[in-house]
Amino acid sequence: MFRSLALALTVALPAHAQQVTDFTLDNGLQVVVIEDHRAPVATHMVWYRVGAADDPRGKSGIAHFLEHLMFKGTATLAPGEFSATVEAQGGSDNAFTSWDYTAYFQRVAADRLDLMMRMEADRMRNLRLTEEEVATERNVILEERNQRTDSDPGALFSEQRRAAQFLNHPYGLPIIGWRHEIQGLTRQDALDFYGRYYAPNNAIVVVAGDVDPRAVRDLARAHYGALAPTPDLAPRVRPVEPPQLAERRLTMADPRVAQPYVVRSYLAPAREPGAQDRAAALTVLAQLLGGSGPTSVLARALQFDRQVAIQAGAFYDGTAVDHGSFVVSVVPVPGVSLDQAEAALDQVLAEFLDRGPDPAALDRLKIQLRAQDIYSRDSADRLARRYGEALTVGLTLDDIADWPDRLQAVTAEDVMAAAREVLDRNRSVTGHLTRADDAKEAL
Amino acid sequence: MFLRATLALLLLALPARAEVQVQTVTSPGGVTAWLVEEPSIPFVALELRFRGGTSLDAPGKRGAVNLMTGLIEEGAGDLDAQAFAEARDALAADFRFGASRDAVSVSARFLTETRDQAIDLLRQALIAPRFDDAAVARVRAQVLAGIRSDARDPDVLASRQMDAIAYGDHPYGTPGDGSEESVAALTRDDILAAHRGALARDRLYVAAVGDISAADLGLLLDRLLADLPAIGAPLPGPVVPALTAGVTVVDYPTPQAVAAFAQPGLPLDDPDYFAAYLVTEVMGGGGFGSRLMTELRERRGLTYGANAWLANADLSAELAGRFATSNATAAQAVDLLRAEWARMAEQGITAEELERTRTYLTGAYPLRFDGNAQIARILVGMQMDGRTPDYIATRNDRVNAVTLDQANRVAARLFRPDALRIVVVGQPEGVGSTN
Repeated sequence: MFRSLALALTVALPAHAQQVTDFTLDNGLQVVVIEDHRAPVATHMVWYRVGAADDPRGKSGIAHFLEHLMFKGTATLAPGEFSATVEAQGGSDNAFTSWDYTAYFQRVAADRLDLMMRMEADRMRNLRLTEEEVATERNVILEERNQRTDSDPGALFSEQRRAAQFLNHPYGLPIIGWRHEIQGLTRQDALDFYGRYYAPNNAIVVVAGDVDPRAVRDLARAHYGALAPTPDLAPRVRPVEPPQLAERRLTMADPRVAQPYVVRSYLAPAREPGAQDRAAALTVLAQLLGGSGPTSVLARALQFDRQVAIQAGAFYDGTAVDHGSFVVSVVPVPGVSLDQAEAALDQVLAEFLDRGPDPAALDRLKIQLRAQDIYSRDSADRLARRYGEALTVGLTLDDIADWPDRLQAVTAEDVMAAAREVLDRNRSVTGHLTRADDAKEAL
Repeated sequence: MFLRATLALLLLALPARAEVQVQTVTSPGGVTAWLVEEPSIPFVALELRFRGGTSLDAPGKRGAVNLMTGLIEEGAGDLDAQAFAEARDALAADFRFGASRDAVSVSARFLTETRDQAIDLLRQALIAPRFDDAAVARVRAQVLAGIRSDARDPDVLASRQMDAIAYGDHPYGTPGDGSEESVAALTRDDILAAHRGALARDRLYVAAVGDISAADLGLLLDRLLADLPAIGAPLPGPVVPALTAGVTVVDYPTPQAVAAFAQPGLPLDDPDYFAAYLVTEVMGGGGFGSRLMTELRERRGLTYGANAWLANADLSAELAGRFATSNATAAQAVDLLRAEWARMAEQGITAEELERTRTYLTGAYPLRFDGNAQIARILVGMQMDGRTPDYIATRNDRVNAVTLDQANRVAARLFRPDALRIVVVGQPEGVGSTN
């Protein structure tokens, strides 16, 4: 009954409805405008094509540290004045750092865009830092690491697995940095990194909301147009990952762990400009295997049929410059060991590789993916993030616009080819997180 | 202060106005709802709240409403859990169910094109959940896993300890998820009783935002809700948090201490509420310029974040807050917190802080109304708080009406160093339990 209805739906839904335009200034700054006129609000984001994977060796955390320091002063703004000014407009502002990008954003009434651009343009080139500010902010970051990583065994475990996943590529570094390296980061380290990477030809501005693209162009020219580019900016070439020939396994025990689990990550291809089909197939594969809800292959097999798992999932992240990752995880029910859970997981994966996807499940998934296009238009903010992220890893607006069609075009055969390629234990890290007292019992 | 007056004053333009056209809809069957028609995207966000939530748990049945809520989508009518999920996915609808101490919430998104089928499916879940034994066992295991995780999470431990001190035997004093023992003992009959008691029309609030007319919404709501029981379980009464000055340390081995702090607050209908809201924002608002952020983070690097807020629940009112800092600096941070509390009580805020905070709050308010799902959540929350739709247009006037004299009188009334309880989870150096 639902099948025929579903097929009708696929045909009827509009494919692309966002109004997205872009232009590039003479100094190399790309500006993307996403129109949404439902409310008089705008999000202004500046994305830099630099992140933790660009941290110089021995200085892990510098990209993230600089992100914090960008809220100190410039020649014309006192320390803290940036955020204070945004708040005086009723707006909110913040920033985030990933391996491939660093982004700054403000959400304001749409008629405050002029001021936001003026301030972002100012701090793109005119940051000023004192030794005292740097020392205090270093302590803030150590507390951030305390709070988000060191107080959370799951976060520590993830950090260890990531370090094991990459033999040579700096994706193995934590974004926040290793504690001992954060402690050694200096004002000069921050300024060197800033001077090189914070420039209009290494940045993308995304404006989303109740704005007129022509007005945005005028404002961008006025504020960003005069900024000097960094002349000899090298392409983003990171140390290359050698062939991975041996699977890695690690076990971490921590007394704070309440719920043991097993996670395996596989090195995976990323979305590539003009060639997103493999990534599209991996996205569909991850959804089929372990997307949300009880109908995924892993949930059905491990939670419903065998009843060995409290939770089972799969996830693919392919929006990256160099490598994506494909992750599967199982949280076993009490009485089932991590070894048993992993064995059950491997059995389900083997069966899937043998049988292939259920055609009805693939149909349903495509309807959901199509509907996501509609639901995603409800948040201009989230759209802005999606565009910024994709563009900073080297994808184009055409790639972004094409992505829903790439997903719809995925066949069962594509899914199987992707699965056979990615599920290679030699390129994987399998981690067991256990409670410390469990580990002792195991001895 | 670091804020330079020139730039800020120069650019104080009028804040954007919240342009939300709320219609009040009463269905033929008598269900009232707030509606914002927004036809530009072909879907509807529908938000339902049933007042009471986990506070309706019967004695000895702690966790029943929470477990029941987790089971609503795990099979209904003729469909078992798998079949229900397949039907929902085929319609590309999205249903979420949650239980808090004040409400059971239902958040639904569905496409215009499959609206009727989506509502029929959601109706099945609300009216005729199956509570199959297999589903109960599965969801119970998930709830128990969550309870075990919470028991080792310093953030949660801090909240638990504070609630136990403040509320004792009142439902607010214990976690709505229940304990391992109470959840393990729940029977299918307990779950059925929780369903009858919590999902009733006498405590229902509804908001819808999106591609639907008032007439269609009325028909839809009757179809969805008419078969729910008219009257549910009695609501517990209000409670004053029993918070007194002092420190409670919960020993827990973690590198960073988590400090939760709270004292009695003010109810939403207190004439001083807006002044209290404003001075609390000065103390610990969400931005970077609050007193707590300035003293603990910007000046000294003691924390990644420190906040304070008016925590108004249906049955109680607190002024609460939180920060995390290394065990080694916990004593210094606690001293600073107390000093700021006393300074606020004694000296209040400055004219400049009042002006800056008023501008921020009035400017930020319209920015909240962003997105159908978000607006639906706000509108249903306003109904539960006893507001009328015109509140949206008048709220900023109430903030602007707060004078410096009123703010400082209320600061002295609200901030009570003699009632500030601080719970520290960790192994803080130089901080011990006081009483």
